[in-house]
Parts: sequence; C-alpha cells; structure tokens
Amino acid sequence: MTTLTVTRATLMKDLRMEWRSKDAINSMLFFALLVVVIFSFAFNPTAEESRQIAGGLIWVAFLFAAVVALNQTWARELRNQVLDAYRVSPAPPNALFLAKTVGNFLFVIVLECLMAPLFVIFYELRSVGPVWQLIVVALLGTWALVVNGTFFAALSIRTRSREIMLPLILFPISIPALLGMVDATTSILTGEASPDFWVKMLTVYDVVFTAICLLLFETVLNAE
Amino acid sequence: MIATAPSLPPVIVLDNLVKFFGRFAAIREISAEFAAGRLYVVLGDNGAGKSTLLRIVAGLMEPSQGSFTLLGAKKVRDVAHRVGYMGHAPLLYDELSGMENLRYFAGLYGLQDDNVGRQAMLMVGLDPDLGRRVGQYSQGMRQRLSLARAVLHNPELMLLDEPFSNVDVHSAREMAAVLGRVRDQGKTIFVVTHQAPLMEGVADEFVYMAAGQIVDRQEVARKVAAAEPALRSAP
Amino acid sequence: MKKLATISVVLVAALLGITSYLGLAVAPTEQTMGDVQRIFYYHVPSGWVAFLCFFINFVASAVYLWKRSAGSDALAAASAEVGVVFCTVLLITGPLWARPVWGIWWTWDARLTTTLVLWLIYVSYLVLRRFAAGGQTQVLAAAFAIFGFADVPIVYMSIRWFRTQHPSPVMGGGQNSGLDPAMAHVFLTNLAAFTLMGIVFLVLRYKLQMQEHALESAHAQAALKGVA
Repeated sequence: MTTLTVTRATLMKDLRMEWRSKDAINSMLFFALLVVVIFSFAFNPTAEESRQIAGGLIWVAFLFAAVVALNQTWARELRNQVLDAYRVSPAPPNALFLAKTVGNFLFVIVLECLMAPLFVIFYELRSVGPVWQLIVVALLGTWALVVNGTFFAALSIRTRSREIMLPLILFPISIPALLGMVDATTSILTGEASPDFWVKMLTVYDVVFTAICLLLFETVLNAE
Repeated sequence: MIATAPSLPPVIVLDNLVKFFGRFAAIREISAEFAAGRLYVVLGDNGAGKSTLLRIVAGLMEPSQGSFTLLGAKKVRDVAHRVGYMGHAPLLYDELSGMENLRYFAGLYGLQDDNVGRQAMLMVGLDPDLGRRVGQYSQGMRQRLSLARAVLHNPELMLLDEPFSNVDVHSAREMAAVLGRVRDQGKTIFVVTHQAPLMEGVADEFVYMAAGQIVDRQEVARKVAAAEPALRSAP
Repeated sequence: MKKLATISVVLVAALLGITSYLGLAVAPTEQTMGDVQRIFYYHVPSGWVAFLCFFINFVASAVYLWKRSAGSDALAAASAEVGVVFCTVLLITGPLWARPVWGIWWTWDARLTTTLVLWLIYVSYLVLRRFAAGGQTQVLAAAFAIFGFADVPIVYMSIRWFRTQHPSPVMGGGQNSGLDPAMAHVFLTNLAAFTLMGIVFLVLRYKLQMQEHALESAHAQAALKGVA
C-alpha cells in the first residue's frame, strides 16, 4: 500500500466514475466549445493580429474551463461523506492529492485538445515557431493551474460560498504562471522571441508549488 | 478458553477529553477506559456527544483539550489499519457497484485480494455479484454495505455510528447477531445507536452519555457460553 | 494596558504630525516635480510598512502551522489586515503621484504589478479568513499565506523579464537615488514615524484578536463547567 499504488487505484476509480457519469464530461466539453465561440465573437481579429492576441485568449479560455472542472473535483468525495472513509484508512493523504491532481490534469488536457483546434480554425492561426514548443508550454502551464487549483479546491470545501472561493484564491497566486503561459505562447506563435525563460520559470513554478502542496495537503485535509 | 480483560491492556483510554465547537462544549472532560474484546453500546439523546466522541477516537477530529490512546498508540494514524469506522452517512460511492466500492477501500488498506470484499459482502447478507450501482441500492442495503466496508480489513476495533438506522427489524437483528459473533472472535466493538433493545442479546456493556459526558456504565448480564462464566470482571 | 495604548497612540500621532509638517512644509521642493513630490514621504514608508507586515504574516503563519498557538494566528491575522491597509495607501498614492509627474496613472512594470498582485493575494487571504467555517479558519488561512508569500518573488521575476521583453514606462526611478541630504533627513523621520504607526496598529489589532480568542475560550470553558 505505497503512495504509488493508492494514487493509481484512486485515479482509476475517479476515471471510472467520470466515465460513468458521462453527462458531466459532455457538459464540460460543450461549455469549452461555448467559451471558444464567445471569445471568437468578442475578439474578431485579422489573421496577422490573431497571432499576437491568441496566446492571451486561449489561456484565459482554458483558465475558465479549468475552474469549472476543478470545482467538481472534491464534490464527489463530499457526497455521502465518503472522504471520511479515506481519512480513517492508513492510506497516505498525498496519494489522494496526487490522484486528484493527475485526474484534473488529464481532464483539462482533454478540454484543451478540444478547444485548441477550434481556436486555430476560428482565428486562422498558424504558428511561426515549432508546435512541439507549444505543447511543452501547455503541459507545464496546465500543471501549474491544476496543482494549485486542486489544492485550493480542497481548501475551499471547508468554506462557505465555495464556488466563488476557488477562483478568488486561485487567480492571484496563478498570475505569474498565467503571464508565463500567455507570453510563451505568443512568443512561439509569432516567432518573435524565445520562450526559454518562460519554460524555465514555469518549471520552477511547478516544482515550487507542487512541493508546497504536498507539504501542506495533509494539514488541510484533516482540518475539521 | 480465552482470557480477556485483566491481562490485555485497555483498547481505548480517554484522558480529560474536551471538544469545543465554537462556544459549544460537545465533549466535556471525559476520562474513561475501555477493555478489549467487548461490545459496547453507546446510548444517549441527540446532542449528547456520541458521534463526536466516535469521530475523535476514529481520528477524524482533533480534541480541543485532553488526549487519548487507541490500541496503545497516541496517534490514530499509527494504528489506522486496525480500526474500522462506520459513520452516519454511508461513506460509499454511488456511481460504483458494491464490489467496486469494496475493492477500492480494500486497496487503501493494502488488500488486493477480491475475496476480502466478497467475504465482507456475504457476511452482511449482500450478493457480491450484484452489478447494481450503490446509488440504486435500498437504504437497508446501503447500510449493510457500509458496515461491510468498515469491517473489510478485519480490524481489532470497530467504531460504528448508528449501523441500524433505516434498516428493517429483521435485518437489524441479523446484523446485531453478526456483530456478536465478531466480538466473540476477540474484537472490540463500539455501537452508537438509539435502538437499545436490539443490542440486548449481544452487548457486554451499555455506556450512557448525556451533555458531553459519560453518565453511567452498565454491565450486561448476557447469556455467555458455558466455558466462559468466570471471565467477566467488575468494571 | 489601556493607558499604555492611549499614550502610544497619542505619541505616534504627535510624531506623525511633526514629520508630516516636515514633509509638507520644511523639506526643500524638488526641482523637477515640484510640490507633488512630497507625497513620496507617505508613499514609500507605507510601502515599507506593508511589506514588513506581509513578511510578519508569512512567519506567523509558518509558526502557526508548526506550533498551533493562538498568538501566532492572532499575529498573522493582524499583520495581514494592517498590511492590506498600508498597501492600499501605497497603491492609491502611487497613481496620485504618477499622474501629474509622468502623465500616466498606472504602468505594468515589475514593481507596481508585484505590489498589485501582493495586494490581491492578501485581500483574498482576508476573504478566506472570513469565509472559512469555524475552527478550521486558522489552519486554512495559514496554509494559504505560505502559498501567497512564496509567489511574490516569482511574480517579481516574471514581470521583470516580461518587461525587458516588452518595455514600458517605469515610474519613479530609484526613490533613494541621489536624495538631497535635507530631503533624506525628512524621509527617514517619516519612515520611522510610519513604522511606529504600523507597529502600534499591529499591536492593537493583535491585542484585539487575542481578546476575542480569550473571550471565546472563556465562553467555552464556562460551557464546560456550567451546564450541570
């Protein structure tokens, strides 16, 4: 019963449950689509301009989709108070955190895979820089949002008005990561600058905050 | 012949335990010892502090003051694998089947064998091959599965909060008998319930709580097997 | 205790009166910016006190997570509030100074943006404290404070880099660079006065928090003994 086995078991359980309540996935996917469409109406640039602003648009859209997904994360564990069953067991708390974070990460990546092609189509985007760099930025940036998002979602279950608490406490902390993602994406799309610094910064951000989350999760889980 | 009480250390020792919720004192300076291998029935009105006490002992809540030891350990986490807890709420995933739930929870205790879950379900009178999701179970079935989950890993100590609520009388009697048999194997069981008569046949001791304190404890003159009459000691 | 509080408040108010007079009337007028520059004597000390408070909050939160003492939590709560107040003053006096001097209310340079983000983080800390249910408030807030403070250097470095890539107007240069000795003297006295004011606010707020805590404890202990 190591952290790894429990993490995997919990992740599998969550994925199975997610798969069974397909309406949740479907409504999330539809929401993601709506966000892209609305942004396309709100910001209607030409093909040359689009590369400059696409970075910002895409990441703000991802952020909103992610927050809706994150709010659901712990809801399942609160129904029937089933989180108590985990807490009384000898299973390590960090395994639960990792399972939830990885699950959220996968889910948000799926959303991004849906939204990104739509952005490309609606904004006639063509990247000057190599696409693999965009993927690296997307992976690092998504983890940055999701790791803090999962932690703060756990924190906000013990507050009133939890749906508004999550974005409220998540956004300020995520500002540097968001800046990094947006500027790196823009740099790659326009080919005007190297995203190296941002990749390094996002990596540092991911490492620092993942460490802090793992350090503090048990405390927050048991705050009752 | 099994020896209990005098030679075994007490399973729970409470020392001046206090729990505040804001200004409300839910548990008010409880000091008590509970011997191993017995079935305790905890009774009291709503608000007496029964569930709170159980949650603290299970490690879900920290006491505001005082301390306690559980199975000789100061931290519940150290002995979590030897403790089973059943709460007011079902503590189950509605979207999974019975066996899927138990398989997952068994994994949390390091048990990878499916038989563990199957045995537990059979013991509480449920069909392990039932593919129905728990969300579609009847209340009684859910209670039974919840009990199965609590005892899955064969814990020495079981903390059961209202295991009989919403269960029909016949099933409740069966569950009470099951608990009695489990106690006979040497386990210690705490049952919080409002239905004292149900437990009269199997209980070793009734613990009465009121306003956050233990106000009375009564040994039960239970019909024990002929081999054991000399073993019950005075409190 | 109350006497001491009154005396210290009066003393600090008097000191502030003196240093304000120095700042507004006695200090020499700045040659390029004119009298508007005098806001500098409020602006920079406010910033200093704000950052000091946020640092105290970080340390108090860490201590709370370790020791779970009422005192460290009270200090964390008090320092966050006082810090937000001074940071608000900082964020308001900044644009008021910038507009007449540099022609713009705001710019997204590293220093300003970091200050704004810091303010946002600690306002959300205060919101979290208000919205957390019951006994977990302290733990949740303390955990959040760790995140918040760890974020600050990252924010600063990110925006500094961002601004080397996309330069934009920088306001106020280095405030202490080439400060006329007469001005430096006034500045330092104002700095001292503001720091004292910050400390007085902090201590008073801390005491208030501790009193609330004592009140709750007293009620709880009464509930323990009182009812039968």
